[in-house]
Amino acid sequence: MSMNISPHREDASLRGWQYRLHLDAPLLIILICVSALGLMVLYSAGGGDISLVKRQIIRLGLAYTGMFIVAQFHPRLLQRLTPWLFVAGVLFLLAVLLGGEVSGGAQRWLNLYVVRFQPSEMMKLAVPMMVAWYLAEARLPPNRWQMLGSATVIAVPMLMIAKQPDLGTALLIGSAGFFALFLAGLQWRLLGFLTLLAAAMAPLLWHFMHDYQRQRVITFLSPENDPLGTGYHIIQSKIAIGSGGLFGKGWLNGTQSQLDFLPERSTDFIFAVLGEEFGFLGILLLFALYIIIVVRGVMIAIQAQDTYTRLLAGSLSMTFFIYVVINTGMVTGLLPVVGLPLPMISYGGTSIVTLMASFGILMSIQTHRKLLAT
Amino acid sequence: MQQEVTLKDHFFETRLFMSRIIALLLFAGVLLLVLLGRLWYLQVIEHDHFTTLSEDNRVKLQPIPPNRGLIYDRNGILMAENLPSYRLEITPEQVDDMGATLSALEDIIGISEVDRTRFEKLLKSKPRFEAIPLRFHLNDREVAQFSVNRHNFPGVEITAGLARHYPHGKVAAHVLGYVSRIDEQALQSVDTSNYRGTTHVGKIGLEKSYESLLHGTVGYQQVETTAQGRILRVLKRAPPVSGRNLYLTLDLHLQAAAEQAFGDRSGSAVAINPNNGDILAAVSLPAYDPNVFVNGIDYADYAALKDNKQEPLFNRTLRGQYPPGSTIKPFMGLAGLEQGITGAHSSTYCPGFYSLPGNTRKYRDWKRTGHGTVNLHSAIVQSCDVYFYDLAESLGIDRIHDYLSHFGFGKPTGVDIQGELSGLLPSKEWKRRRRNQPWFPGETIITGIGQGFFLVTPLQLAVATATLAKNGLVIKPRLVHAEQEANRDELLPHQPELVETITVNNQDNWDAVIKAMIDVVHSARGTARKIGADSPYRIAGKTGTAQVFGLDEDEEYDADTLANKLRDHALFIAFAPADDPQIAVAVIVEHGGGGGSIAAPIARAIMDAYLQKTSP
Repeated sequence: MSMNISPHREDASLRGWQYRLHLDAPLLIILICVSALGLMVLYSAGGGDISLVKRQIIRLGLAYTGMFIVAQFHPRLLQRLTPWLFVAGVLFLLAVLLGGEVSGGAQRWLNLYVVRFQPSEMMKLAVPMMVAWYLAEARLPPNRWQMLGSATVIAVPMLMIAKQPDLGTALLIGSAGFFALFLAGLQWRLLGFLTLLAAAMAPLLWHFMHDYQRQRVITFLSPENDPLGTGYHIIQSKIAIGSGGLFGKGWLNGTQSQLDFLPERSTDFIFAVLGEEFGFLGILLLFALYIIIVVRGVMIAIQAQDTYTRLLAGSLSMTFFIYVVINTGMVTGLLPVVGLPLPMISYGGTSIVTLMASFGILMSIQTHRKLLAT
Repeated sequence: MQQEVTLKDHFFETRLFMSRIIALLLFAGVLLLVLLGRLWYLQVIEHDHFTTLSEDNRVKLQPIPPNRGLIYDRNGILMAENLPSYRLEITPEQVDDMGATLSALEDIIGISEVDRTRFEKLLKSKPRFEAIPLRFHLNDREVAQFSVNRHNFPGVEITAGLARHYPHGKVAAHVLGYVSRIDEQALQSVDTSNYRGTTHVGKIGLEKSYESLLHGTVGYQQVETTAQGRILRVLKRAPPVSGRNLYLTLDLHLQAAAEQAFGDRSGSAVAINPNNGDILAAVSLPAYDPNVFVNGIDYADYAALKDNKQEPLFNRTLRGQYPPGSTIKPFMGLAGLEQGITGAHSSTYCPGFYSLPGNTRKYRDWKRTGHGTVNLHSAIVQSCDVYFYDLAESLGIDRIHDYLSHFGFGKPTGVDIQGELSGLLPSKEWKRRRRNQPWFPGETIITGIGQGFFLVTPLQLAVATATLAKNGLVIKPRLVHAEQEANRDELLPHQPELVETITVNNQDNWDAVIKAMIDVVHSARGTARKIGADSPYRIAGKTGTAQVFGLDEDEEYDADTLANKLRDHALFIAFAPADDPQIAVAVIVEHGGGGGSIAAPIARAIMDAYLQKTSP
C-alpha cells in the first residue's frame, strides 16, 4: 500500500531502458528462463528432434515480438480499442460456428486465407479487457446491473467457445472474466450464490455435454476402467510422473517419454516429461518460475493507476496461474482431461502468441504509468 | 469501517482491490498446495509403485524357443533333424510401393494365392516396422534367384529358421510320428509358459510321447521396447536349453529291410531283442511321409490319406488288433503242460473236426481229412486245430485267461509310445461285464486256436514271443534306450524294465514247446519248413492264419473267390537263434493268406537282416 501512496520512489529505481522499450525486466528475464527450460524439455519430449525445437524457437521469436509490439501500445489505446476487439471477436466466433474449419473433431479455426487463426485465442484477452473496460468508469463495487452486464460479456463468448467444443479455453476465458469481476468487487454473497447455482446446474451441464466430454469426465473419475482406451493418457502420465521420483530419471532418460508410452508428450502432456526426467525438484523449479511470473503480474496490477489496467493486469496474472493449474491438474489426474497446453512449455503455436501478448499488456501497463502520480 | 466509507472512492477502491488480490492469492496458494501435495503423493509416496509400472511398460520378456532334440537310431543314424528353412519376409515401412514389390517378387519366386492372402491379412494387423512373412520354405533355387535380385527389393529379406525334417521319409514313420504347428488343442496339454515362442509340437508317435524331453526349456531375453513394440536393445538374456536327443532301440537298416520285405502288402511286424526289450524294428504298412505334416498339410492331401482304404495313418503296430490264430498254440500248449492238464506225450485223435459231447456242432480242422493221432509236438508242428480244441475244452476259459495274461495278452505292454491298444483276452468275467452275456462252451473251443473274441496287437505278439524265448522273462518293450543332453557326448541310458517273471513249473515243458516250434521251421512236416531249409541259424517259429470272418459249417474257404478285404490274415511268430535268442519277431500280413507262405518269409528276412549283420 505504501507503494501506491508514493509511487515515484519505486519508479525512480526503474532503469531508463525499460521505460523506453516498454519492457519489464523481471518479467522478461523469468519468461526467458521458462522458455529455455521449456525448449530443453521439448527437445527431450520430441525424442531429440532438433527440428521440433527449431520450429518452437521460431514460434517463440514471433511470440516475443508480438509481446514487444503489444507492450508499445499505451493502455489508453488498448482501452479505447477494447469494445471493437470484443465485438470483432464475437463476430469471428459466430463465423467459426457457422463455417469454421474442423480440426480434430472441433470447429475452432477460421481460415482468413492469409492466416488460419482461432478466434477463441483472441477472446482470452478480449473478455477480461471487456470486463475491465465495462467497469472502468463505474463506482466499485459494481451494482446489480453492472454485474449482469459483466456476466453477459463473459457468458456469451464462453458458451460460444464451449459449443465449438473447446472446454479448456472456455474455462480459461470464464475464469479470466470472473477474475476481473471478482477484483472489481463481486459480492461474496453473490459469489456464494453463484457457486451453489453452478453446483445445481451441473446435471444440466452434463446433459449438454458432448459424448467425448462425458467420456473424459468418466475417465477422470476412474481411468483404470479403460486402461487402453480413454484412460490410457492419464494412466501413462501418472506412471511417468510417479516414476520420476524426487530427482527424476535425468534429461533424455525418461522411459515413458522416450519410448512413446506417454501420448501427447510434446504438447498437452509435456508436464509429465518434466516430472519424469527432472522429478519433484524439477517441477518445484518450474513452479517457482511460474509463481514469480504470477507475483510480478500481481505487483504490476497493484501498482497500476486506474481501474481498467488494474483489473486487466490482475485478471491476466491470475488467469495465467489458472492455466498452469488446469494443465498440471489434468496431467496429474486431479482434473479431467480438457486439452490445455502447459503455458510457455508445450509445443504449439497460437496459444503461446496469445499468452505472450498478455505479458505484453502487463508490460505496457507497467511501463506507461505516469511517473508522478497523484 | 465507517471512517473508511467517508474516504475518497479512489482509496476505497484501492483497499477493495487489495483485499480481493489477497483473497485470490490465498486461493492460488491453496490450489498450489493441493497440486504439490498431489505431486508429492505421486513422486515420493507412490514412487515405487509407479517405477514398477514404468518398468513393466518398458521391459518386455521375449521368449527364445529351444531347439528340438534330435532322434537317432541305435547305431547313431539321424532319423529326425532340424534343417534350416528359409522364409521371405517384408518389412512394410521400408517398402515404398508394396503392390509393385509383390508383383516383382511373384515373377522371381512365385507367390501362391494362400500366401498372398495371409500376407495381406498380416499387413493390416501388424505394426509397419515388423517383418511379415510372405513365403515359407524357399528351396535353394528360389533363395538363389532372390539373392541375385536382392538390391531391387529394399525391405525384403530372407531369414533362416529351423524346421523339423525326417530324412528317411516313410521309413519308421509310425514310430517317429511327426511334429506340426501348435494349435489351441495342443496348447492345452502343455505348459504354455514353456511353449512361448514354440511353433511346433509333437503330434503323434515318439515326437509326441517324448515331447517333454525333445522340446527343451524356453529361454528369455529381456528387451526394451517402445510403446509400439519395436525392440530397442536386449537388456538380459537367459539362453534356452535345447531338447534332449533320443537314441532309439530301432535299427534303421533292419527297419528298412523289414518294410521292404512286405513289398506292397499292408500289415505289421515287430522285432524285439528278447534280452532287454529293445524294439529293433516296428513296421506298420502302408506308411506316410511325416514331412508333409510339419508345415501343414493341405486339405486335399490330408483327405486322401485319411480316406485311403489301406489306412496309411493307422499305426498297426500299436493299434491294430488281430486274432492271433494258430500263433497262440505254443502258448496254449504251455498253459496245458504247466498246469498239468496235458502231458507232452498224451495224444488226441484228429478226425478233421471236433464236437462237444452232446452237441452236434462240428468245429473243423483246417485239414479236412484230419491229422490222425497227434500229441502236443506234432499238433504244434502241423498246427492241428482239433488237438487245441480239445486242450482248450480241458483247460476252460478262465485258466486260459489267467495263464495267457502272464504273457501280456489283453493288456497294454507299457511301451514308451502313446496310443497302444490292449487287445482282448476274453474271460467269463469280461463277457459278463462288457456284453452282459454268459460264456458259452463253444467260445472256449475257438479261443484254443486264437479265434473268437481273442485279439492281439502285433507288439503284444512280439513281446509274448520274446517271453517264450527267454523262459518267462516279461520285459517291457521300449523304443528309446538312451537320451543325450544337447552339446554333450555322454549318453544317459534308460534301464530295461522287467515286468514279471513267469513261474516255470517244469523246464521240460518249455523246452518241449520250443522244440516243437523249431520243428515248425526245421522239420519236413513243419508249416514253415520253407524258410528253414536254407537257414544258417536255427529258428523257432509258429505260423498262424487268422480268419477275418467266420465260415459256416458247410462253407468252403476259397481264397480266389473272396474279396481281398475278407481274406485271412497271415501271421508268423519266431525267435532266433533258437538256442540263444537274439531276436523275436511277430509278423502280420493283412489278408495275406497263409502264415507259412506269406508271413514266415518276411520274418526270415527280418532275422537275416539282423543276425547276419551282427554276427559276421
